Amino acid sequence: MTIARIEKLDRLIEASVSAREAQTGSLLRQSLRRLKRSPMAVTGGVIVGLFVVVAVLGPFIAPYDPTAQTWGKEVFLNRNIFPGPRAENWFGLDHLGRDMFSRMIVGARQTLLVGIVATLIGFVAGAALGGVAAAAGTFGGRWGERVEAVIMRTVDVALAIPMLLLALSVAALLGPSLSTVMIAVGVAQIPIFARLLRGSMLAQAHSDYVLAAISLGVPKGRIVVSHILPNSLGPVIVQATLVLATAIIEAAALSYLGLGNPDPGSPEWGTMLADAQRFLSGAPQLAIYPAVGIIVTALGFTLLGEAMRESLDPRLRRQE
Amino acid sequence: MLRYTVKRLLQLAVALLGLTLLLFAWFKALPGGPENMLLPENATDQQREALRASLGLDEPIWAQYADFVGRAVRLDFGSSLSSGRPIATELADRLPATIELSLAAMLIAVGLGIPLGYLAAKRRGTWLDFAAVSGSLLGTCIPIFFLAAMLKVVFAQELGLLPTTFRLSAGSTYTEVTGLRVFDGLITGEFDVAWDAVVHLVLPAIALSSIPLAVIVRITRASVLDVVGEDYVRTADAKGLKPSVIRGRHVMRNAMLPIATIIGLLLGSLFAGAVLTESVFSFGGIGSFVYQATTERDYPALMGFILVIAVFYVVINLLVDLSYGLLDPRVRVRS
Repeated sequence: MTIARIEKLDRLIEASVSAREAQTGSLLRQSLRRLKRSPMAVTGGVIVGLFVVVAVLGPFIAPYDPTAQTWGKEVFLNRNIFPGPRAENWFGLDHLGRDMFSRMIVGARQTLLVGIVATLIGFVAGAALGGVAAAAGTFGGRWGERVEAVIMRTVDVALAIPMLLLALSVAALLGPSLSTVMIAVGVAQIPIFARLLRGSMLAQAHSDYVLAAISLGVPKGRIVVSHILPNSLGPVIVQATLVLATAIIEAAALSYLGLGNPDPGSPEWGTMLADAQRFLSGAPQLAIYPAVGIIVTALGFTLLGEAMRESLDPRLRRQE
Repeated sequence: MLRYTVKRLLQLAVALLGLTLLLFAWFKALPGGPENMLLPENATDQQREALRASLGLDEPIWAQYADFVGRAVRLDFGSSLSSGRPIATELADRLPATIELSLAAMLIAVGLGIPLGYLAAKRRGTWLDFAAVSGSLLGTCIPIFFLAAMLKVVFAQELGLLPTTFRLSAGSTYTEVTGLRVFDGLITGEFDVAWDAVVHLVLPAIALSSIPLAVIVRITRASVLDVVGEDYVRTADAKGLKPSVIRGRHVMRNAMLPIATIIGLLLGSLFAGAVLTESVFSFGGIGSFVYQATTERDYPALMGFILVIAVFYVVINLLVDLSYGLLDPRVRVRS
């Protein structure tokens, strides 16, 4: 064997070892590494990051007070004509003579808040229902199975109602306001989260490490909380990212149906978009700014969520 | 297959019963209770008592529930608070418009979505794939009422290419058979009416199809990608079968299962989208009715609508599950 061939063999072994090292590390770290390489995740991450920065800094960087109205000859309410973009108001003025650019910047915060609160309501309540159902069904014996059956059948019924209708009926109970919109959109997401967490937990409940924990005599409650639950949250978190996008869009739809607060103290994109529908033929820009804001933000969360889903999917992992 | 069907039918009955329970609880929990909704604010106590008695609100709660279910089964949802007509009649009058619109939207979504998804999968990694995937992601992110309104402003109001509102031009005479106006126009020979109805359908149907189209493209792409990697497709290719045979018999037949599921689910959600689209185009279907009922807090009308749509949704899901047996022989054998 020539020296050159031995060296080549050495290099091959080295390469395979470092490849294996790259494969090790926690699943989470592997997923993160894949995420950083995915253009979808990076695009989504940048959009979401920008949105969050604007949402946090909004009131400090806005050039004008978003609620200050300029009346006078500039705003002709009855003719539906409003000043368009110009040097001192980059996005023009809205139907009450308020600076659209400032309203967009400040509105990011409320919009983010609507998305996050709605998603949290769905996430927490849904995960609680799904988690209890899975835990009771797995470890609760005969009574536990009944509890699981009752919870899951109820969830199935709720799933049979299209989301917008579920939101509509909740909104009918609570009367029109922005918190109604958040609760309505959140409640409509509960069944999806419940099904997802239960499915994910049941899949974990039959794995070897759970069997090992049971045979070591670990209390059942602890198995559920510190073994099964952390390992089942992945798909639910992905769903939460996607739901954030849906929540922002659905909230706009509910505002359009007149279930939001028609003119809340601080601006919110969904309400702005719904409001602007009245002036669409005369001043389409009033609708286009918030619409583009909503679309881009929803796209950002969707891209991020889809990329996360792909990076967690074991079938795609194998193909690498 | 029969046992499976019976089991699914029983599950359906339980689900519907649960649904009436939820709806009943919802109706009871409405702010102020039904008598406050039905009576003017300055009603006397005697009027309230009389109304409570006539609505059966003095009865025990289980009797009220039984009465509620009994009336729901007979499709008696009471009268609309805004129009005063029976809700069942309102819904029945408006159902054909929504069905026509939903079918048109679904036709666009399926007709474009499946070929597009197939092509995207076949040419994975090309610009076509990229455009299809990013387009479909974008499609799910556009608020549907905004899309509808923009289509209306641009194509109907500014360019004047298509009508802005309603299902037919003003003053056109039309013989009603099924209420599906394109279909009616064709079978009665009133082709001008059929064409007029089609023209009025184009914009609302495009707006309504945006989300189903996006979803179908992505599901078809994923499903075809799953199947084309299978051994039997490679075998068929190696045997020298014609590409059209491989596509029809080997790839699409197996890829159809998840696509059929999603189409069924989308049909149900189309009704929700129709609420928003119809209100933009004053389309006069169930959607406009619900928009009105929501803005005017017409709770009995909303309840009737939710019940009818939920029944639709549950039945569609059942049909989808049963269609598995037709699409996939393995399901038939297993059950």
